[in-house]
Amino acid sequence: MKLSTSLILSTLTLAVGGAFAADAPVIGLITKTETNPFFVKMKEGAQQEAKKAGAKLMTATGKKDGDTASQITALENMAAAGAKTILITSTGDAIIPTVKKVQAKGVQVIALDSPFDGADALFATDNYKAGVLIGQYAKAALGAKPAKIAMLDLFPGHPVGAQRHNGFMTGFGLKANGATSNELSSTPETVCAGDTDGNQAKGQTAMENCLQKNPDINVVYTINEPAAAGAYNALKKAGKEKGVIIVSVDGGCQGVKDTAAGKIAATSQQYPLKMASMGVAAGVEYAKTGKKVSGYTDTGVTLIAAKAVAGVDSKDTKVGLDLCWGKK
Amino acid sequence: MNASKRAIPWGALGPWIALAITCLFFTVQTERFLSGTNLSLVLQQVMVVGVLAIGQSLIILTAGIDLSCGMVMALGGVVMTKFAVDLGLNPYLALACGLGVAVAFGLLNGLLVTRMKLPPFIVTLGTLNIAFAITQIYSEAQTITDLPEAMTVLGNTFNLGSTEVSYGTVAMLALYALAWFVLRETAPGRHLYAVGNNPEAARLTGINVDKVLVIVYALAGLFYGIAAMLSVARTGVGDPNAGQTDNLDAITAVVLGGTSLFGGRGIILGSLVGAVIVGVFRNGLTLMGVASVYQTLITGILVILAVAADQMSRKGVR
Repeated sequence: MKLSTSLILSTLTLAVGGAFAADAPVIGLITKTETNPFFVKMKEGAQQEAKKAGAKLMTATGKKDGDTASQITALENMAAAGAKTILITSTGDAIIPTVKKVQAKGVQVIALDSPFDGADALFATDNYKAGVLIGQYAKAALGAKPAKIAMLDLFPGHPVGAQRHNGFMTGFGLKANGATSNELSSTPETVCAGDTDGNQAKGQTAMENCLQKNPDINVVYTINEPAAAGAYNALKKAGKEKGVIIVSVDGGCQGVKDTAAGKIAATSQQYPLKMASMGVAAGVEYAKTGKKVSGYTDTGVTLIAAKAVAGVDSKDTKVGLDLCWGKK
Repeated sequence: MNASKRAIPWGALGPWIALAITCLFFTVQTERFLSGTNLSLVLQQVMVVGVLAIGQSLIILTAGIDLSCGMVMALGGVVMTKFAVDLGLNPYLALACGLGVAVAFGLLNGLLVTRMKLPPFIVTLGTLNIAFAITQIYSEAQTITDLPEAMTVLGNTFNLGSTEVSYGTVAMLALYALAWFVLRETAPGRHLYAVGNNPEAARLTGINVDKVLVIVYALAGLFYGIAAMLSVARTGVGDPNAGQTDNLDAITAVVLGGTSLFGGRGIILGSLVGAVIVGVFRNGLTLMGVASVYQTLITGILVILAVAADQMSRKGVR
């Protein structure tokens, strides 16, 4: 059922594409899902940039995280419809053979947000740096107190989860793996770790169990803002929300609001709109000059905090709300 | 299964024994496990899946299955919270609307299974996607916050001795007791088992099989709506991404509890034990500092053991 739905969607976008002038550069954008505000913002950014540059944008999406089948179909259809550049937020390595296939036909394939082997280029957040920034903030905010840290992760083996986790520890001053590792480090200071799948209810459960294990946890690293909201809930129920520093990554509008409200101490904001507009610009360049873009381009990350701490550069939540993605 | 025999079949004790052994294991491994606070927490952590599992058990007892339970719950949760916050509806009315939507989906499942004679697996696979899409579109993938107090009351706690027990936990236990009583002691309960065991024979004894099935699916929808209330009360928000793994978690709880996927056999309290076992493992392993990937490994092994035990006890009875 999902295959036929995406086929119909792809066919419709192709039909629209056929109506456009043959000279306009044709660029495809494939995101992980239709509804995650992160990807909604990305699509907006791509559409704005495409309009400005006079390019034609085709879009497609998977049904949910991990739906590589829809992305594979979209890659093939967009290449067949004349897209010379395809931007894709990979939802799994299963797309790699199809990427190679369309690249052999001369299509430039650029990875946005999620890296995969064989992409011509990557425009993404430096997730390691995002972790480092919040680690530095947490250390400075904690001061001289001995650290007891809870690590609320995504799930085992995910590169973004590992980068943010290890980056946080490095920024905090603890020994941890580098940016290329997919393994989660731990030290005596990280007294507890739990998986959240990036969702609020599981974040709450993980925090509750960690508090049972170590009632005196004073720092909580969270993989994203929904998990942080769950952690805050658990701390509030235990009456501990005032003395614990929660840090997170994402910079979505709900998360920045939580930061302004004091639930999250600091969060690293990332910029999906920038990823998309840089991607479209690269597509236009390739169509006009035949020059492919390559390598990794950092689309930037900003530390957003309600209260600044000494020695760590951060922007306040007003700036965060201006730049945030999602519903304001 | 001869319902007039009051003897408890061996198979039913299996989950309880497994739970006891698990608790013993963790008590020995870490001093923080066996405390009132910790155990109360575990019950709160499993109460959403626990209530989903009541609805799922009823359906599995009829030899059906419901893959849409988690998504229907998420939709119910989004509807009740959005109605209260965005439309300013009276909280109790909003809760009723959420329950209504969940029951409507259950009814839809039941009608598709009975009128169109479609297999429950396929029907609920379809409604799973429909419910998910509606939830995401209606909520615009945003969580709904700042809920009125009345919606989170079930998350509040009262003191039992020195332990804090949440009202939601009590609600879950009460629902299980009610379901157990109805299934075991009333005619509709016996009809349900009969339909699951052998629909043809049930029809021949005068039971309206289609009516039983439609009621079961709609009732399951009601339980999913109640689970949504508990989920909203626990997290304090309406979350469109809630329940995505709860579909399989609910089925796991039912299977671990000894209910047969072939229908007609099983004791509903087993599903409660199944849900609690999973929660106990997650809690105990975190307390021990063991990596969470092992919880998934252990859950998988337990499910296979549970189904194998059910198969073996089935052969014993014949």
